[in-house]
Amino acid sequence: MSNQKWSRFLPKSKNRQKQEENTYFVATQFQLMWWKFRKHHLAVIGMTVLGILLILGIFAEFISPNTPFTRDSKYIIGPPQAIHWIDAQGKFHFRPFVYEAVGNRNPVTFRMTYEDNTVVMIPIRFFVHGDPYKWWGLWKTDIHLFGLAEGSVHLLGSDELGRDLFSRIVYGTRISLSIGVIGVLLSFILGLLLGGISGYTGGWVDNLIQRFTEFVRSIPSLPLWMALSASLPKEWSGLQVYLAVTVILGFLGWTSLARRVRSMLLSLREEDYVMAARIAGCTDGRIIMRHMLPSFLSYLIIDITVAFPNMILGETALSFIGLGLRPPIVSWGVLLQSGQNVRAISMTPWLLSPVIFIVLAVLAFSFVGDGLRDAADPYSR
Amino acid sequence: MIKHFLGRIISMIVTLILTSVVVFIIIQLPPGDYAERYAYKLEEAGTAVSEADRQALRAYFGIDRPLYEQYFTWITNIIFHGDFGVSFEYRRPVMDVIGERLGLTTILVIITLILTYGLAIPLGIYSAIKQYSVADYLFSVIAYLGLAIPNFLLALVLLYINITYLGTSVGGLFSAEFVRAPWSFARFMDLLAHLWVPSIILGLAGLGLQMRTMRALMLDEQNKLYVTAARARGLSETKLILKYPARVSINPIVSTLGWELSRVISGAPFVSVVLALPDTGPLYLDALLDQDMYLAGSMLFLMTALTIIGTLVSDLLLAMLDPRIREGGNH
Repeated sequence: MSNQKWSRFLPKSKNRQKQEENTYFVATQFQLMWWKFRKHHLAVIGMTVLGILLILGIFAEFISPNTPFTRDSKYIIGPPQAIHWIDAQGKFHFRPFVYEAVGNRNPVTFRMTYEDNTVVMIPIRFFVHGDPYKWWGLWKTDIHLFGLAEGSVHLLGSDELGRDLFSRIVYGTRISLSIGVIGVLLSFILGLLLGGISGYTGGWVDNLIQRFTEFVRSIPSLPLWMALSASLPKEWSGLQVYLAVTVILGFLGWTSLARRVRSMLLSLREEDYVMAARIAGCTDGRIIMRHMLPSFLSYLIIDITVAFPNMILGETALSFIGLGLRPPIVSWGVLLQSGQNVRAISMTPWLLSPVIFIVLAVLAFSFVGDGLRDAADPYSR
Repeated sequence: MIKHFLGRIISMIVTLILTSVVVFIIIQLPPGDYAERYAYKLEEAGTAVSEADRQALRAYFGIDRPLYEQYFTWITNIIFHGDFGVSFEYRRPVMDVIGERLGLTTILVIITLILTYGLAIPLGIYSAIKQYSVADYLFSVIAYLGLAIPNFLLALVLLYINITYLGTSVGGLFSAEFVRAPWSFARFMDLLAHLWVPSIILGLAGLGLQMRTMRALMLDEQNKLYVTAARARGLSETKLILKYPARVSINPIVSTLGWELSRVISGAPFVSVVLALPDTGPLYLDALLDQDMYLAGSMLFLMTALTIIGTLVSDLLLAMLDPRIREGGNH
């Protein structure tokens, strides 16, 4: 009350400062974290990028103009098509358009080259009817976010079979992100379990689990992943391989999480507030859930954010050298397989465009991780 | 001190034994064996292979015996004769096949580590002293990019830039005249001249990470009272930074040498495959795909052994730098 009474006499800026301070003191932990996180601009940008990637993954069928297997025989290994608003005469069109692509065969190298025919402008339409699909296997429809009335547009070019690269990348986003999610979830559960047991029981169990963790850590991860993936039977279906690769990635990524959980449990056990709670008569369950967990949950979230890119990169690397996912399944790494040889890189650089998505995703995750690390300790100003 | 390291060495030996068992199991995991594969190859070439022939092949390759027997033969030969078995694919002892390639990988890894730490520590110190300067931001951007771009993709992108803009190839480790030449000082220098490209590619992620860590640690340390006290005593700025905050900050960096080594060894095969380096990377991939089990297994084992030994060396280094650890960590 007295605060409000006096604030009338304070200069305006001070008044506001007072108010801000008040909101600061009554804010919940989560609000404080969010404010702190918001201050980290790169983290906010990273969050946005992740949001976009997530939407791409969830609505892959709708957003991509084609299915990943539709072949456009009129546009094979074609470069990315530019979207225009201003035509050859310098006139502005509100509706974006692409020029008709005309293919010529180079008489010397027999390669197809494509040129824009600037006379024929094909407007890009939204919510067009295209390839039929079943969204997540639930709704059958053929509406796509954008496309042409007839034929298809290739924003990022097409591959050697005339399949639209943009569509394939969008579908790959779903697979690559989901591998990250499942892999991280698996390693999270394992890490929590082993780290928890280790930190909680102590003694020889702790010692054994610690030695085991160190042992798993000491094996170079990628060569081990290579060996494990190479041992998957050749005749397995794409889905089986997908599940197996996810499990392999998840089972080997838990070590840092287990260490974190253990060290957190060990150090928190000695904290004064835990002691206070114990004296106040709290049960063990309440101490863990109500007092210990909130203080290290944020660190776990950070670790998960940091583990994500490792999973995605692991999958990409394995698929890239042909040991991970196999072609009927489309992931970023699978898409990069065609970029493996030098000739392909120099002739068709757009086949490398999944790299941009991978780097964006990894950068976004590490920025968000940074922001979360700041936010995890909202009281330091 | 001596007791501490005896303990470490014993635990290292135990880890190595465990590793050898695990590696052997993993290599055995793929369904089918090399005899199966070899028979398939023969059949493709038009030779009929009966079941009896397959058994004969298994006996010839020594893979008809029980698993534990195979393992003990393998491990005793390694320990007593340094013999890692025979590569089925090459029909030569594994060590002959790996030989020079392993040396190249080791040199690549060592140079990468030297480059990583040699650059990360001074750049990290500089970024911290000149916080928020243009150079600081520049190094931060490089560090983030280095962390974000997986090294084999970086290799791809560099290949692309090289081919389209420079028109040269970065693949390979030797100039044409040295590829088959015997080892000489000139050949070694030629190797060094080629090696920095894969080294930078391999080390950029570690460089970024270590640089950021060094910067953060320096920022913490340089505002502490003992630094102010030293400054008040009139030490020159360079001497002050190097003698006090830098020395304290360097310890956590050195303690991660083992992980860094593991990261470099782990990433090396991919970079080598992309850049077509004549080291262990491509060979390892082929061995895995061909189920050439002794070759693949020995390589995985050697890579792990390198990592484990490297971790031990980094611990030794740390103990030399930090008296608290040397004295047994009772502080």
